[in-house]
Amino acid sequence: MTQQFVAAEIGETAKLLADDPIWLILVKVVAIFAFLVVMTLFMINWERKVVARMQHRPGPNRVGPNGWLQSLADGLKLAFKEDIRPVLADKWVFFLAPVISCIPAFLAFSVIPLAGEVNLFGEQTALQLVDLPVGVLVVLACSSIGVYGIVLSGWASGSPYPLLGALRSAAQVISYEIAMGLSIVAVIMFTGSMSTGDIVGAQASTVLGFAPGWFGLLLFPSFAIYVVSMVGETNRAPFDLPEAESELVGGFHTEYSSLKFALFFLAEYVNMVTVSALATTLFLGGYHAPWSGDFMNTGWWGLLWFIIKTLAFLFLFIWLRGTLPRMRYDQFMRLGWKVLVPTSLVWIMAVAVIRTGAIQQLSTAQRLIALGVVVGLVLLVSFLLPDKKVQDSKGVPLAGSGFPVPPLDLAVPKSAPKRKVKVATIPADDTAKAVTTGKEAE
Amino acid sequence: MSLLAFLAQQPEPVQRAVDTVTTGEAISFWVLGPLALAGALGMLFARNAVHSALWLVVTMLSLGVLYMVQQAPFLGFVQIIVYTGAIMMLFLFVLMMVGRDSSDSVVEVIRGQRLAAALLGIGFAVLMVASIARALTSVQSAGLAEANTTNGGNVGNIGTKLFTEYLFAFELTSALLITAALGAMILAFVGRDGKPAKKTQKELVEERFQEGKRVGSIPGPGVFATANSVATPALLPDGSVAEESLFDVIEATDRSALSDDVSEVAGTGHQPDSHALKGSES
Repeated sequence: MTQQFVAAEIGETAKLLADDPIWLILVKVVAIFAFLVVMTLFMINWERKVVARMQHRPGPNRVGPNGWLQSLADGLKLAFKEDIRPVLADKWVFFLAPVISCIPAFLAFSVIPLAGEVNLFGEQTALQLVDLPVGVLVVLACSSIGVYGIVLSGWASGSPYPLLGALRSAAQVISYEIAMGLSIVAVIMFTGSMSTGDIVGAQASTVLGFAPGWFGLLLFPSFAIYVVSMVGETNRAPFDLPEAESELVGGFHTEYSSLKFALFFLAEYVNMVTVSALATTLFLGGYHAPWSGDFMNTGWWGLLWFIIKTLAFLFLFIWLRGTLPRMRYDQFMRLGWKVLVPTSLVWIMAVAVIRTGAIQQLSTAQRLIALGVVVGLVLLVSFLLPDKKVQDSKGVPLAGSGFPVPPLDLAVPKSAPKRKVKVATIPADDTAKAVTTGKEAE
Repeated sequence: MSLLAFLAQQPEPVQRAVDTVTTGEAISFWVLGPLALAGALGMLFARNAVHSALWLVVTMLSLGVLYMVQQAPFLGFVQIIVYTGAIMMLFLFVLMMVGRDSSDSVVEVIRGQRLAAALLGIGFAVLMVASIARALTSVQSAGLAEANTTNGGNVGNIGTKLFTEYLFAFELTSALLITAALGAMILAFVGRDGKPAKKTQKELVEERFQEGKRVGSIPGPGVFATANSVATPALLPDGSVAEESLFDVIEATDRSALSDDVSEVAGTGHQPDSHALKGSES
């Protein structure tokens, strides 16, 4: 992929969208809204069914054909539940929080390209609401506004569990947004543009004649970091610490009920769809088919590819939830700050060096020298690393897993010296007194 | 190619005149301007610290959108991500930790604080008015049309300026921020003062195995079986009392102090009947 090619592609989607009439924009807005709501209803049901299958149980199968209308029924029920506001809650902020968390979730989807050039009601356009020159930043901005919903809900509820959940969530989203932003940088460097339309356009070509030129393959470390941080960003298992049931009851939404709770639920699933769609756009070639130069790569076919790829990411979310236990908070933070962020920084440096080398048309000798310098640096760093501590031979025998196992000749140790056990035999008068005092207290 | 033919039909993108204000821009200004002002006033007059912070968020969001309307999309979104997203969130973080009921204190802590604040405020206002007046009268506006269309557009031009013309200022700012972050870390760091490093979970497990102590956990009290009192001992499979589940403090307590628990475990105490649902006045 040369520089000229990228330059030719830039702005094509933006030009296509520039002459959209108002009614077409409104149609797109309504369509995106409907798409996200339907995806949420579908996703809840799909999640329950897939997790059920992973756990060898049937899952929802009563409402509608094969139980596929279960989440619709649940949603209706939720709307008719009693709306409770705790006495200590801050009235306005308590009401605003679910709204704040819901609106940016929908807003972020406006920059996602669903398909390329199509004919919509006789109007040539792209299946995308807007194509801003800073499209990727829109998604990041929306997610940073969305955190306010969670934080404010926790604070406004006026009870400790939601507050703890909110604090966790804020720390979590801020930390993982850094890793996410850094993973996107490499893609932007390769495309030379932050517009989502251009990023998808830059992935149209093939590499080595057959493999799709998706950034997920070209920039695999970025892709991996993005996938981890998108799970952290959406507060989903195994990173669902803000709503850890075993520790915080329900986390930030403990005190919410009825439609307000439904809004949080909606926001969570819409966010999942959005980050999956962004992953598709940035790393899996968006609406492009896995091969190039076919009629299946044009028009409405793009929507099919886009949805298939997005569903693959959503399945990954479900799969992770069905498989992994929740991480501990300190482990989670260590992963974010000590693994993901430094790795991204080093990787961005590497990408920058490679890009500069590719653009400047270096000679073979110069490239070899550069490679030698890099290898030398890596060796130097590896010598500076401290040696791993060797396990002393007298230690506990370790099984293959690295966890200690009891020795084969383990004698069951004697328990602590016995104490006299007083068995509960109750004198008759004692009981009578207890009962009478109980009555008196009444 | 149909696409090329289609693109050829399009009218040329309209080049905006340098100093005209379009209707859309005017509408956004008259919507967002009062909103930003209201946010600023709300921040000043809200009694609750968190409400103050939220009003400030409104102002910052309005400013961000105003930047976008005025052909600076990058600046607008960076304003939202950095100021609204990160900095105000940290503010909010601190305020929430302070507590819900902490309202403004009206006591003057530093002497002469109000006088100094008033003087500085007036000075700042004079500066602002002077600079705005100058901008409205004697500055020729260059317009952003050229900066937004040539040389990689808005983002590209900001990047070029930042890393060539203003490189020194940029590096200086980043050095300042890193210094501040390091200082904060040093202030917040609590050393272990010569104490050995905390043992990891794995080291603790290995230690337990080496000492040959009980590897599993100690049995809890029998609270889940028949009663909800911690005084209830756990029972082993043969029905005898598991002594490790006994709690020293309870064992040492005088029996009469536990009479309620004892009667409850034995099932001889007062049992609620259906009348208990009616409350005490019956």
